[in-house]
Amino acid sequence: MTTQEGPAWAHAMYDALRAQGVTQIAYVPDAGHRVMIDRSLADPEVHSIPLTTEEEGVALLAGADLGGARGVLLMQSSGVGNCINMLSLTNGARFPLLTIVSMRGDFGEGNPWQFPMGRATQTVLEAMGVIVLRAEAPEDVLPTIQAASTMAFQSGEAVAVLLSQRLLGAKKF
Amino acid sequence: MAQLKRIPGTNQPAATLDRRQAVPALIERPHDWLVVAGLAGTAQELCAMTDDGPNVFGLGGAMGAGPMMALGLALSQPNRKVLGITGDGELLMNVGALAAIALQCPPNLKLVCVDNGHYGETGNQDSHTGLGVALDRVAAGFGIPTVHTINTMAEIEEGKRILAAPGLAFILLRVKDGPALKKPRSLRPHVVRDRFRAALLGEK
Repeated sequence: MTTQEGPAWAHAMYDALRAQGVTQIAYVPDAGHRVMIDRSLADPEVHSIPLTTEEEGVALLAGADLGGARGVLLMQSSGVGNCINMLSLTNGARFPLLTIVSMRGDFGEGNPWQFPMGRATQTVLEAMGVIVLRAEAPEDVLPTIQAASTMAFQSGEAVAVLLSQRLLGAKKF
Repeated sequence: MAQLKRIPGTNQPAATLDRRQAVPALIERPHDWLVVAGLAGTAQELCAMTDDGPNVFGLGGAMGAGPMMALGLALSQPNRKVLGITGDGELLMNVGALAAIALQCPPNLKLVCVDNGHYGETGNQDSHTGLGVALDRVAAGFGIPTVHTINTMAEIEEGKRILAAPGLAFILLRVKDGPALKKPRSLRPHVVRDRFRAALLGEK
């Protein structure tokens, strides 16, 4: 894809994270993260790291921090449930964490399978000590990502940014 | 006591090595590496071998984290040798990590699985590898380019050669069940993180 394809907020998010020094971008693919994934694959300065399960990304970013690198974990809300015990690594060792979560089971969802984890996403993250910020509209995205990356990389906190289905558009069924 | 049955058609040789000799024989200079060691045996022995050195991040929980932490570290420190060492139980818990690691293929990363065929910390129950699951074949199937299995002290020499050469590799070190080397180590993960970064990055 060219840098023109996809929503402008997604490109702004990628550029902001790169400006913050992010060099490891880990993900389980999701349509809501298409621009981020494609940009990372085209970026020779970035390690674009597909995972088989989201918790691998939590561990990967802890290792990146040990080596002085910054990373971000992209996942769908269903993947948050896969990360629960792995977040004890983040929490216990006070590793910074920045994760961007594309929501399912949220505004306008048409697939009933998505609701249990969609409803639990924020609660589960907060139960494991992750600060949750939400972006509902295109103009929310950049300031929310900038705030989250400051909280993660300067203050050392674990932060999740939830991209709502109101922003992403619900998948049609 | 009732026992699980072996997987039909599998026949690995019986493990004979004692990990207390085999692990230090394979990893001769543990201070030369940046190490992520999985719970519990490998974290104990790598911390014992380095006197709880700042170049070792030994896990005490978050089972399954070890190999992916080693990947993140290897990608962030391409000029350093990184060792991800863990047991069969931890590797099996997140075995898909081998796929993610093979895809990145960092030449400075070596993975060592100390396979005792048991869940040593929880009552020594048989693990899947003790009943026939072959993690060396698993690693090769995931695409790890160099895979070596050690059943005897003689096979450690080839393992040492692989550890000294560039390129992603997986070494399966098959040991009999029994204790790991152990000395007191910090079990406070934030202390271990901070001292690792201070030693490597000069962070205050």
